[in-house]
Amino acid sequence: MSSHPLLVSALALAVALAAGGRLLVDQQAQRQETGSVLKLLLGESRRAFAMHVFLKADAYFHQGFYPSVFDSPAAAEAKTHLVEATEENHHHEHNHGHAHNQHRDWIEAFGCHFQPSEHRHLEGLGQAREILPWLRLAAELDPQRVETYTVTAYWLREQLNQVKEAEAFLREGLRANPDSYEILFELGRLYAENDRDVPRARIVLELAVEKWLRQEASKVSPDHVSYRQILGQLAALEERAGNLERALAHYFRVYQVSPNPATVQKRIEELRAKLAAPQKPPP
Amino acid sequence: MNTVWSLAKVVVLEMVRRKDFYVLFILTVLLTGTAGSVNLFNDRSIVRYLKEICLLLIWLSSLVMAITCTARQIPMEREQRTIFPLLAKPVTRGQFLLGKFLGCWLAVGMALAVFYFFFGLVSASREQQWPVLNYVQAAWLHWVMLGVVVAFTLLGSIVFAAPSSNGTICFVVSVGILLLGRHLNKVALGLPQPWQSLLYGSYFVIPHLELFDVRDLIIHNWELIPWGMVGLATLYAAAYAAVFLLAAIWVFRRRPLN
Repeated sequence: MSSHPLLVSALALAVALAAGGRLLVDQQAQRQETGSVLKLLLGESRRAFAMHVFLKADAYFHQGFYPSVFDSPAAAEAKTHLVEATEENHHHEHNHGHAHNQHRDWIEAFGCHFQPSEHRHLEGLGQAREILPWLRLAAELDPQRVETYTVTAYWLREQLNQVKEAEAFLREGLRANPDSYEILFELGRLYAENDRDVPRARIVLELAVEKWLRQEASKVSPDHVSYRQILGQLAALEERAGNLERALAHYFRVYQVSPNPATVQKRIEELRAKLAAPQKPPP
Repeated sequence: MNTVWSLAKVVVLEMVRRKDFYVLFILTVLLTGTAGSVNLFNDRSIVRYLKEICLLLIWLSSLVMAITCTARQIPMEREQRTIFPLLAKPVTRGQFLLGKFLGCWLAVGMALAVFYFFFGLVSASREQQWPVLNYVQAAWLHWVMLGVVVAFTLLGSIVFAAPSSNGTICFVVSVGILLLGRHLNKVALGLPQPWQSLLYGSYFVIPHLELFDVRDLIIHNWELIPWGMVGLATLYAAAYAAVFLLAAIWVFRRRPLN
């Protein structure tokens, strides 16, 4: 064996990977006691790996049709399509900033037959589950990356109907990021939309507002998008529960930070009209 | 042809007797099994990550096998002094090299067949489907790519002194082409002259091993590659393998055996 350094190296690498894999499984079982093995092994470089793994999930979402860092600067864009789909709540049309039909030379033209060369998404029959391993790994590598938890929870509950798993993952994210208003918002949304548990959703969303105010309100350019989302969710929740005055109060706060105040004003007028309307006597 | 075939059979038998393949296969099975045992959100039907890991291990194992097996052929014959009686018989140096090439290529082909069968089992265990033709295409393209690797490793084993240095160089070059080969033209376009022409020129000269890497198509269940394209890719690989083999024969004829 000593005469084959490549074989020995491959053997050592494989043993290391197997041991690492086993440790990861064990770590998952006894997370509280052992701490992160990946943190121990990779140090701070794990954050860079986490980003790469998160992009891998995005590549899976596109069934392998994905630009490399060499294809276009758009490849390095901060927001992946997984995240965009989460925020917009639907699958939208987009391009990847590179035209795969325009080949620079015959090798590229020939090569396109041997790799995914058409824009497709993972859709239907729970195929989105295929992105989950990479999101799970991204969370293991960088537990402080809040986006991983919110995106994973969205796909689990919206596309795969795995609400319990989504809640457990969000709670795991909350343990790692106790001050995250984004995770609290996602958790509140889960309670409101999936569990229909109004009191619980209210508590979590109000806590999210509180966290947002504590962290963002004093900033020069606060994260107004998240604030609007949380307040909007809270207002809709109260409206559904029949607490119109509470809903109105939340809409007023949305109005103050909305880029489109006319729409919010319209909603406020509608709610006022509802409040002014005579109550039906109980039967 | 009989002489070449006889030499090839010896190489294949030697590969069967050695432990390289068995070690790599067991490791692939173990690592794939470990990856498959991870509980991911209580969903046992997630399969693509497992296919990706398994195929990556198959690619690494096949490269290691092809390069180590080929790199040691000629130095071993020299070291054991079996090359002298062999070439004293009516065996030309060209036939000797062709026999070594064919033997190594067939041996890794046999190993690939076992690896891809295992991959098919892993995939079918979770996907409940068996796209045999897609796997045949992937395995075939993989095998013809390894033909090019075997040929240039054989050339390297004549040019470089030690099998270890040859193995390392061939491994680095192969992995480098697989990772960066298809991007060289894009990188070249961003460079000033004359580096642009130089890099773009090398882009056309190198064997594009990455063309044969159809793992993404297999992992994400894409449709079959047109058979005509597979045929053209085979011709492309055959041309490069022939060039490397002819270069190896040319160099070998001019080298003293000792």
